[in-house]
Amino acid sequence: MSETMTITIDGREIQARPGQTILEAAEAAGVYIPRLCYMKGLTPHGSCRVCTVLVNGRPQSACTQPATPGAVIENDTERLLALRRNIIEMLFVEGNHFCMFCEKSGNCELQALAYRFGIPAPMYPYLWPKREVDASHPDVMVDHNRCILCARCVRASRDLDGKNVFQFVNRNGHKRVAVNAEARLGDTDLKVTDKAVAACPVGALLKKRVGYAVPVGKRLYDHEPIGSDIAAAHKK
Amino acid sequence: MSENLQTSVREICRACNNDRARMMDIVLAVQAKYGCVSSEAMDTIAKAVSTHRVEVESVVSFYAFLSSRPKGKVVIRLCNDVIDRMHGADRVAETFRQELGIGFGETTPDGQISLEYTPCIGMCDQAPAALVNDVVVTELHRSTAQHIVREINRHMDPRRLVTRLGDGNNAHQLVQAMVNNNIRKAGPVIFAPSDLGAGLAKALAMSPAEVIRDIKTARLRGRGGAGFPTGMKWEFARGANDQNRYVVCNADEGEPGTFKDRVILTERPELLIEGMAIAGYAIGASEGIIYLRGEYAYLRAFLEHMLNECRNWGILGQNIGGKKGFHFDIRIQMGAGAYVCGEETALLSSCEGLRGDPKNRPPFPAQKGYQSHPTIVNNVETFCCVTRIMDKGAGAFAQLGSSGSPGTKLLSVSGDCRSQGVYEVEFGIKLRDVLKMVGGEDAGAVQVGGPSGRMVGPDEFDRPICYDHLATGGALMVFGPECNVVDIARQFMEFFVEESCGYCTPCRVGNVLLKERLEQILAGRGEREDLAYLQELGETIKTMSRCGLGQTSANPVLSTIQSFPAAYEALLKDTRTDGFRPTFDIGAALGEAQAIVGRRSVHFAD
Amino acid sequence: MAKPKVATTSLAGCFGCHMSLLDIDDRILKLVELVDFDKSPVDDIKEFTGRCAIGLIEGGCCNEENVRVLQDFRKHCDILISVGDCATMGGIPALRNNIPLEECYEEAYLNGPSVHNPKGRIPDDPELPLLLDKVYPCHEVVKIDYYLPGCPPPADTLWEALVALLSNKPVNLPYELIKYD
Repeated sequence: MSETMTITIDGREIQARPGQTILEAAEAAGVYIPRLCYMKGLTPHGSCRVCTVLVNGRPQSACTQPATPGAVIENDTERLLALRRNIIEMLFVEGNHFCMFCEKSGNCELQALAYRFGIPAPMYPYLWPKREVDASHPDVMVDHNRCILCARCVRASRDLDGKNVFQFVNRNGHKRVAVNAEARLGDTDLKVTDKAVAACPVGALLKKRVGYAVPVGKRLYDHEPIGSDIAAAHKK
Repeated sequence: MSENLQTSVREICRACNNDRARMMDIVLAVQAKYGCVSSEAMDTIAKAVSTHRVEVESVVSFYAFLSSRPKGKVVIRLCNDVIDRMHGADRVAETFRQELGIGFGETTPDGQISLEYTPCIGMCDQAPAALVNDVVVTELHRSTAQHIVREINRHMDPRRLVTRLGDGNNAHQLVQAMVNNNIRKAGPVIFAPSDLGAGLAKALAMSPAEVIRDIKTARLRGRGGAGFPTGMKWEFARGANDQNRYVVCNADEGEPGTFKDRVILTERPELLIEGMAIAGYAIGASEGIIYLRGEYAYLRAFLEHMLNECRNWGILGQNIGGKKGFHFDIRIQMGAGAYVCGEETALLSSCEGLRGDPKNRPPFPAQKGYQSHPTIVNNVETFCCVTRIMDKGAGAFAQLGSSGSPGTKLLSVSGDCRSQGVYEVEFGIKLRDVLKMVGGEDAGAVQVGGPSGRMVGPDEFDRPICYDHLATGGALMVFGPECNVVDIARQFMEFFVEESCGYCTPCRVGNVLLKERLEQILAGRGEREDLAYLQELGETIKTMSRCGLGQTSANPVLSTIQSFPAAYEALLKDTRTDGFRPTFDIGAALGEAQAIVGRRSVHFAD
Repeated sequence: MAKPKVATTSLAGCFGCHMSLLDIDDRILKLVELVDFDKSPVDDIKEFTGRCAIGLIEGGCCNEENVRVLQDFRKHCDILISVGDCATMGGIPALRNNIPLEECYEEAYLNGPSVHNPKGRIPDDPELPLLLDKVYPCHEVVKIDYYLPGCPPPADTLWEALVALLSNKPVNLPYELIKYD
């Protein structure tokens, strides 16, 4: 099964290997498809919907959709950009995102996408939900205000750490990440070195006592939009 | 006490083979016994089935009929869908509140009775209706609500609330429900007299491939709403490289306004069971599951009995019809109050003992479904069609209905019309003719296909009901000439906001935002730009959502804007001169502070 | 030809955005060549003297006075710009938005650790503007034309935006100038 197939992204033909998702194939060819819940090494989740592309005219999440021979994919179009922007704006108003004092600012993938899409302010009304902060663990804190329900911690803990520290509870807008204990993170077997902790794309799951270590100007997304590395790596 | 609980919970788990995949059965049994699945019970279950506590909590917290906090021994769940409200559910709610002295979502101080709202329970033709534990009470009004509370307070036995029995099998000793079938029009496919086992016998005389060919020749399409060609689905499953295949019946009839499957389950269960057996033969499955919505728990004992009967009649069992090696049996999987489980992959998640989250596709269920095995999921009515196609022939079936939509369709008709109930009509019938038949000629609007369908106005009444025009899984909600379509859309959005599983962003957040803006518009705080806002938001939810729920949840808004623009325009005024955004209400914003501080505003005196 | 006028205000903000405006350094000389300042803390003009081309709003609306001032700005300015995170999303003051208002009042006037309030009453002095039920970003109160996020927005962001608007050009800020912190 080593032969490759040809797929087309925004008019450009690229090669994909069988079993690759559209997102992976695009990335290997230096085409960045914006994504948020996707993380290399984790089972794709397909929940944020930021990576939605049109595959032969049908919307599909690129992180879960396998490449198929001859697939014609639209990614970088005005319409998809607008739809993705709407999704990012939804995430901003759904939680309580105070970038100005968040330790993750500058390294946050949600914020970086908003920067990339040039969002000056979300146009939806803020929902201001009441959410909790759990600081019971000696080395890690959970701030549900910033959680975007991407399941990266859930998947990393289950699949990489083998622990199932996190899982979703409730449904609809009340859905949240819960921990494998009566209530508190401090009562789980989570270690600060667990992959789950590092998997959080936003500032919802943070190591304690190491905030603001990188000065403004030197953080991941201070100068280059998120995804720039993918095109750059391909050029080399 | 605590040791008792642990012992008894362990016993429940053992009865389910300590199988994690039977989580739904386990937590439902614990809930039934203790009125909740407590923290301690979750720990015990997790240990018994070798999973993590948070995984149990994840399931329990997903379903409306499960709870981690204690509920009353009796839970009254009043249906609050649009039709029930049209028929006075709000007055009934008020009576329940007064009589119980509690609000919705609360339990009486003695811990005996809980009061809740629930979305459509499939009784729109006899609304307002409620569930009292598993018992259905229908055609409620103030005095019956009062009577219910007094009776329950006296004996705490919901079964004794049934003082009259409904028609047909509703009076069967294993049903004993006051529910009525209200079959207004019987057609040749579902409600015509049937020759038990004839369809199956004819199928067994053919090869499985020939059965599938006949289903394709009949051009049968799914009756649940999406209309996928049944034969093609079966062919995919049969072709999948895995001998362990499953037949699943979607009896999670949750689309508000739909109740025709309830009537089939009551009156024609053998037609369904036979159809599932035929499907089992066709795709090469030996196991079937009927996923029965929690709201229809009152039918469970009867259906179990009918499964037994079918075993006795040789429709289920070993070497069925003398066909060596063809074994097929069916189990019932109960749901627990989650509309999204009507989505086939969410239904499978639920069958596997998980949250009712839809799964990523591909793989499709026909490739990898239940427990990752090839699975076909079909609607109750679809299986009944299968039986009839086998018995009467594909040609006879294909001659019924219209060219693109052969056969008949059961319509669940409710709302502002003289004869609510179930109608078996041939596809292709004009909506206007249906309205004439049901006594709803003066309708101002008809919701075709439930909230996820479309709201159509009189200028579309001449369109035919079929897959290519007015498609419906069965619901027709009739609204009178004076109806407020924007408010109806708001109520539908309320439903979707509650029933979204919350997995993907657009559905979880977008529907909340749609509902918010409709509320503003209805409160007189809309502006012209809101129409473009609603449309863009609606399109985003439709295009970007992961499953059918989100892909259709904006329809109430999008279709009413399209078909009833005047209704919106009447609500949108651009007359403000104070410079404020219409959504900003300075009076409301200051009300609380004025009360706390004890003085009026100086800046905004009026 | 008369120079276009600019007005500025700080609602529920910390004046950090105004500090950032002053941070344009010597470009401020150029700015006063381009515009006159009307109502603004910069020149301490308290009431509008006429129509303004641009109004810069720092801070969101946390009380009735903020709303009144913002309403006034909308009335007098052709273009209104939300400057900084407080104006665009409520900012730090909006941290109270999921705390009941009564609790906020009680913390401020009755229960807070540094409160000395022998009367034990929440003051009803009309000089103290009533709080709104929550802190509103400016665009949820009046129509806002442009947004310059940041805490504060960099001086370059403010400069680029102002120069563009004053020369009737579209505001196209480079990647590095749109930041939320």
